[in-house]
Amino acid sequence: MKTESYLLLLFAAFGAVICAVYWFTSYEDAGTVMLAAFGLLGLLPGGYYFWWSRRMTPRPEDDPEATHAQAAGVVGAFPSTSIWPFVLGLAALLVALPLVFGFWTAILGFTLAISAVIGVIVESRRGGVL
Amino acid sequence: MTLIAERPGVVGHPDEPEHEHGPTGIMKWITSTDHKVIGKSYLITSLVFFCMAGIMAIMMRTQLVSPDNTIVSQHTYNELFTMHGSLMLYLFAGPFAFGGVANYLVPLQVGAPDMAFPRLNALSYWLYLGGGVTMIAGFLTVGGAADFGWVAYAPLSDAVNSPGAGPDMWIVALLLTGFSAIFTGVNIVTTVFYLRAPGMTMFRVPIFTWNMVVTGILILLAFPVLTAALVMLWADRHLGTHIYSVAGGGVPVLWQNLFWFFGHPEVYILALPYFGMVTEVLPVFSRKPVFGYRGMVFATIAIGALSTSVWAHHMFTTGVVLLPFFSLMSYLIAVPTGIKFFNWIGTMWRGSLKFDTPMLFAVGFLIVFLFGGVTGIFLASPPIDFATHDTYFVVAHFHEVLFGSAVFGGFSGLYYWYPKMFGRMLRESLGKASFWFMFVGFWVTFMPQYLLGLHGMPRRIAEYSASTGWTTLNRVSTAGSYLLFIAVAIMVVNAYVSWRRPIQAPANPWDGHTLEWATSSPPPHHNFYRLPPIRSERPLWDFNHPEHTVRKYEEQRHGAVPAVAPAGAAPAGVAAGPSDGGDAR
Ligand code: HEM
Ligand SMILES: [Cu+2]
Repeated sequence: MKTESYLLLLFAAFGAVICAVYWFTSYEDAGTVMLAAFGLLGLLPGGYYFWWSRRMTPRPEDDPEATHAQAAGVVGAFPSTSIWPFVLGLAALLVALPLVFGFWTAILGFTLAISAVIGVIVESRRGGVL
Repeated sequence: MTLIAERPGVVGHPDEPEHEHGPTGIMKWITSTDHKVIGKSYLITSLVFFCMAGIMAIMMRTQLVSPDNTIVSQHTYNELFTMHGSLMLYLFAGPFAFGGVANYLVPLQVGAPDMAFPRLNALSYWLYLGGGVTMIAGFLTVGGAADFGWVAYAPLSDAVNSPGAGPDMWIVALLLTGFSAIFTGVNIVTTVFYLRAPGMTMFRVPIFTWNMVVTGILILLAFPVLTAALVMLWADRHLGTHIYSVAGGGVPVLWQNLFWFFGHPEVYILALPYFGMVTEVLPVFSRKPVFGYRGMVFATIAIGALSTSVWAHHMFTTGVVLLPFFSLMSYLIAVPTGIKFFNWIGTMWRGSLKFDTPMLFAVGFLIVFLFGGVTGIFLASPPIDFATHDTYFVVAHFHEVLFGSAVFGGFSGLYYWYPKMFGRMLRESLGKASFWFMFVGFWVTFMPQYLLGLHGMPRRIAEYSASTGWTTLNRVSTAGSYLLFIAVAIMVVNAYVSWRRPIQAPANPWDGHTLEWATSSPPPHHNFYRLPPIRSERPLWDFNHPEHTVRKYEEQRHGAVPAVAPAGAAPAGVAAGPSDGGDAR
């Protein structure tokens, strides 16, 4: 986890430095704000990973000498089929289309979105059969 | 249904194919959350968009074949270049890389059973498909598709200058595909951070996957800015806000700042994955480890970081940007890119090179991208940019980098991984023919455009008069574009032949280095029955070629290693190993 956090913190450091340089050479605000946001993008997750990497038990994927046996067991639960992403994608399209056409598709879209959210939750609880 | 994925053991289950359960056919396509199915859907969809955009390109080139041509109207021409650029960048080059190839390969390369968030991954695809169809459907509206260029500069993109539904559909399409890209970025980064196999430390992750991590971070940086900018553009068009219009006290250049703060990282989002693909291909076909692995990783990180602070080199001629800052930063980014070139050449240096189709395309990439990169350095110099901005010089430059990476690099990756993905080989002869048509066609199409640019031909014009003297060069360029068309047609034929008359692909047709070749082609559900021990950045090579092992290699790097073989290395059960030898072709 350390390498991962260093990667993000490296981006944070670069963002901070370049943001300062940019501000004091150009006094242009839009770019400065975006560069500051770039720094934060690295700092928040990177800082959290760094904090966490010092507390967690070391992981076999960070150990250059780890064997496969060391990590035997369950990785996690991976749904292999689910209809709800499709429904949610369709819902998003229907919710976005009113930006072009009339409002009516949004109603259908929100309905589908809510049912998809419920569907995903139920599926996850049940260990998810279609 | 949910399956609990187990870590593959060293001595795994017998290699019997898992019986298919779950839906098949169209329901499988709609409901699958398997990264391999989604990756293939992305791949095919993005290639369809590539072909559509290619046909638009051919139409434009045909229009420009002679002076005062009227095959398409001015208005149609505007729609064509806008949609060609938008399809190529937003719907092909990006999604092909991070939705298609990376989606398929990142879990395999790190030894994971799937992406970290399979359902989110599926959602990404549906958002992308919905967005893509919406964008194309713009052609069906009364006013036609968006026609303000792929960059949609204000005030050209406001409600007065670009009325109608087409531009709005373009905005909606980008909102949807933007979210899909963000979700994919999250997914890739999380997968690499959390689902690596034991022993797969960050500095053993294949370069392609490393590049995808940095790409993922850049996506998270860039796309939200685009989304925000688009929402404001929409508000300007429909709600009467004046964020980008001078009339209401807004700032048109703000759009350019926001757009290019997205846009420049975006071009690296489009380039880094393809850099990664050729970095996988070159060592395998040179039969050597990649030269300067760590240098490659740090160069990628440096490119990612620097790409955030060069955006206004697209805005030199606006007169309101800090020229020295952006010029200097743009030059700086050539340094890590140069390191990459150095390492690519170092990888091939004294290797035993095999010029199979993936390798040909990879070398084609090196040459083409180098030219594009060098003219990019020209353009980073404000005095040169003032003279060439918005001319065909720029068109030639960005096609060299974009075509070089997305098409030469992308086809290299496609030829390389197609056997893994589809379980069958592509024909070498057709592949080579396609390469040569493409390579020759490429130079014939785009070299004349540099000259046209230097002779002052502006980009985005549908007609020119004979007195300009541009006719001959345009003719040559158009002829070249037909060669490119043939090259892509041969590719399609190749895919068709492999589909109708399959030649079974072995698990490891190229004698590969990385984990994806350790499993069957195509991989089973949840990817691996067993994994070779991971002791370097090319675990499978070490496993198949114990004569020059890992250890020699690690010794060079870290000094002595324990004399006993690391636990788990080649126990009896794996001796029949994942290798299928290299000569099954
Ligand atoms: C199949 C070969 C290709 C040909 C013959 C071709 C041809 C063209 C032509 C004629 C234009 C319009 C130039 C103008 O009038 O200003 C253009 C613009 C453009 N092309 Fe291509 N192109 C090809 C491939 C690609 C690829 C692979 C990409 C990116 C991955 C790409 C990205 C763009 C972009 C971004 C624009 C600018 C659109 C705009 O001005 O808004 N092209 N191309
Ligand atoms: Cu740029």
